[in-house]
Formats: sequence, structure tokens, C-alpha cells
Amino acid sequence: MNVQVFARLRELAGGVSEHTCDVSPGATVRDVWDAMARTHPALAPFGASVSCAVNEDFARSTTPVRDGDQVAFLPPVSGGAVRGR
Amino acid sequence: MSVPRWAVTREVLALEPLAASVERDVQSRGEGCGAVSVFLGVVRATHQQRRVHYLEYEGHEALALKAFARIGTEVDERWPGAAVAIHHRIGRLLVGEASVAIAAATPHRAEAFQVCRYAIERVKQIAPIWKHEFFDDGHAWVEGQSVAIDDEAARREALARACA
Repeated sequence: MNVQVFARLRELAGGVSEHTCDVSPGATVRDVWDAMARTHPALAPFGASVSCAVNEDFARSTTPVRDGDQVAFLPPVSGGAVRGR
Repeated sequence: MSVPRWAVTREVLALEPLAASVERDVQSRGEGCGAVSVFLGVVRATHQQRRVHYLEYEGHEALALKAFARIGTEVDERWPGAAVAIHHRIGRLLVGEASVAIAAATPHRAEAFQVCRYAIERVKQIAPIWKHEFFDDGHAWVEGQSVAIDDEAARREALARACA
């Protein structure tokens, strides 16, 4: 499956936005993230703050994925930064 | 001239076509349009006492457009009869350039300010667009909160700021 990472996550994943990843039947977005974090350990600390999308729709870590899906991982955005308040 | 309601673009932003577009939408309805409020976010020269040379905005374009449409739906629910348009620029922006343009039209002025403020607060919360700041002595991603499109607490906070 196709995996896209953005912004800081892209930098931590070798500066590359587009990745591929094999998943087992029954896998979820969380499994895709775990596989990415194994390949690119610098991503691991971001597991708790990352958001995700599947096939260009917002999704959750529990969303099931299948081969051929496109999964995107999104780091936190600027909104909510303390200085904005 | 017709402009899309939602856009993520590398082109320079223009407020007037946005304002004209939302005004036309509301003008054509029962009560008519009485107010248009606009917001322009621009690149500031400093960030926490550091001098900014330029910014780079990176976005997930398809998802950002969905986030903008979601904001439009939220506006429709809270302010029936309002119209809002949101354009965000991505790529390299210099100090003073506009990064986001929003126009809100309503029958009466109080709601126009509210819708405009609500829209920018929600853009900052849920649009997957990231800001990378470049200084004299380094660079930094600006990160606040996780993108959580269904987070009711965040939505209420945006509403509270809009209606303060």
C-alpha cells in the first residue's frame, strides 16, 4: 500500500513523502504506522500526536486498511499553538 | 468572475473576488446581504523574537479542501443564510505575503464578523497545512495540536472565540 507522510514526518522519514508498506489482512492504520516507525525509528515518538487519512478521507488509527489503499499521516498543525490564543 | 469556494493554491491570494462571490450568494437569498467580513493572514517578520526570512507552507491538498468544506457545513448549521469562502496559499511565502484569505457574507454585520473569525479558528485547528519557518539561524516547524476533525471541544472553543 501507499503511505504518505507530511511536513516534519516527511523529514524524519528520510525526506521522502511517498512510501510503500506491506500489511497483513485485517490490518488497521495503526499497523501501518507501526511498520513505518520500525523502518524509520525517528517517527516513533510522534505516534501519539499523529492524525491520519485513508484514501483522502480523515480516518482513525482503528480504521481498517487493505492493499491498494492510500494512507496519509499528518503531524500536528499550528492551530492551538499557545501564541495564537 | 467565478472563484471556487475552497482553494489551496500556489498563486497570490486576492480578497476581493472572494468577497464578491460570497456577497452574491447571500444577495440572491430572501433577506439579502447586509455585510461582508474578510480576513487576511499575512507572514509576520518575527516569531518569538526570532527574525523570519520566509515561510514554507505544505499541505495535504485534498484533505484541506475537505476540511474547508466541513467548516462550510458547520457555518451553515450555526449561521443559516451565511456564506463563507476560504483560500489558503502553500509554497514559499515572504514576509508580508498573504497565507490565508477568508470572506464571510451574512444579512447582518454581527454574524459576518462571527463567521469570519470562526472560519479562521477552524482552519488553524483542522486544515492539514503545515508552516515551516526559516530564520537567520535555523528553521522550525510550527506545531500545535493534532488534527482532530470530530473534536467537539475544539469546535466549541472556536465558536466561543468567534462569539466573544
